[in-house]
Amino acid sequence: MTVLVVGASVAGIRTVQALRQVGFSGGITMVGEELHHPYDKPPLSKELLAAGAPEALVPLLTVEELAALDVDLHLGVRATRLDPAARIVETADGQRLPYTTLVIATGVQPRTLPGADSVPGVHTIRTADDVLALRRQLATRPTVVVVGAGFIGAEFASAARAHGCPVTVVEAQDVPMAHILGPRVGGLLAELHQEHGVRVVTGARFDHFEQGPDGAVRGVALADGRVEPADLVVVGIGARPATDWLAGSGLPIDDGVECDEHLGVVGHPGVYAAGDVARWPHALYGSPLRIEHWTNANEHGALVAASITGTPPPRPQVPYVWSDQYGHRIQIVGRPSDGVLAHCSGGASDKLVAVYTGDDGSVVGAVVVDDPRALMKLRRAVAARTPLADLDLVPSGALTGS
Amino acid sequence: MDRLFACRVEDLEPGSSTTVKGEVTIAVYRTESDRWFASDDSCTHEQWSLGSDSDLEGGEVVCPLHMARFDLETGKPLCFPATVALRMYDVVIEDGDVYVAL
Repeated sequence: MTVLVVGASVAGIRTVQALRQVGFSGGITMVGEELHHPYDKPPLSKELLAAGAPEALVPLLTVEELAALDVDLHLGVRATRLDPAARIVETADGQRLPYTTLVIATGVQPRTLPGADSVPGVHTIRTADDVLALRRQLATRPTVVVVGAGFIGAEFASAARAHGCPVTVVEAQDVPMAHILGPRVGGLLAELHQEHGVRVVTGARFDHFEQGPDGAVRGVALADGRVEPADLVVVGIGARPATDWLAGSGLPIDDGVECDEHLGVVGHPGVYAAGDVARWPHALYGSPLRIEHWTNANEHGALVAASITGTPPPRPQVPYVWSDQYGHRIQIVGRPSDGVLAHCSGGASDKLVAVYTGDDGSVVGAVVVDDPRALMKLRRAVAARTPLADLDLVPSGALTGS
Repeated sequence: MDRLFACRVEDLEPGSSTTVKGEVTIAVYRTESDRWFASDDSCTHEQWSLGSDSDLEGGEVVCPLHMARFDLETGKPLCFPATVALRMYDVVIEDGDVYVAL
């Protein structure tokens, strides 16, 4: 039996580690499109962008640990096509890799804007190579525009400010992050930008990239005619599942690969998906979700290995994600967008605690800044669906217009 | 055998933890069911003081940084991202004094 894992980032590597942990002794083949030893992606938009920090990538596992997994590893190789009837994955370098069991762990790719691929100076952030190139450019203190005020954009803005660059963040919504966190908390988090000298332009529709005589970007033109000058642009407007290579395979794909509760691809026995690319009914929620969180990819690795080997699945965990901005750690647990803001104390630079409750008054999600104790308390509350009234939180201010 | 005075029993509420600094920094845990454990202070995945900030769930400790989870009986990692066990120490209680055996 051969398990073929496509994707060598966190979901793929954790799948392989978990397979060996539960005693799977069959052959494992892994294909990853990047040449680097498998590395951890969260530091890309955080520590790796910091001025003076080492350029070393954070490995997902040591070279020795990887060797001990006894994997037929193909790095720098992109999967280009899946033939599920023949059980073959084709690669860009012309290989035809057979499998008994397939794990799709290709993650997501950044959404982009017209011109972003062709205008020099416009970047997205997905890989180590993207970030190492950006970091060298930040050292020359360019004027930076970040399109999109989500976590990746905010982390990049924070890093660019730390390098001393003038930074403007351009955001389509009236309040950054409002679609997930609501306007009040989104507004509080946006204050971090302003406190650190970053301009935030909201309600701004992108029109096109302005180019200088040499073709390089010199500004971001907005739909209202304004142009935000820029020598360097990062587009951080979300990501979409990296499923292009599955076109024509017949796999069910609709905002990710459609999976059952065991991460088995619906209608395709022996084919699984894990991590950002998988849409599956989360055991704590029931309805199909696709979660682009690092912790979720870790959990999927263990779950898919259990499904393949018929061993007990890991306990489902509450969704969790974090972001580091301007020296502050923002942590989100549960699903704030499932509820309404019911408690808000502190501020973005003063131990913000925001709690969201569902129709029955129980806690469904929370946002916390620099307060890991509160975070853990709220994590338990989300898992147990504890009523907000039962939590001993510092008093909340008025929540009008939240 | 060397031992390190950690605290008085009444100093640590059930369901909480603390850090004890000696030659090595130790996390001391008192679970909700009043069992005592001690381990190296840092999560094995990334530097983080479990004694200062962590969550106890039954006989398990959860790191709030990336949700790594360890079995306090054995130190064994129970989920990713942790893959390396926590080093555990015996806890001895005498006359209400809590000691960690080093």
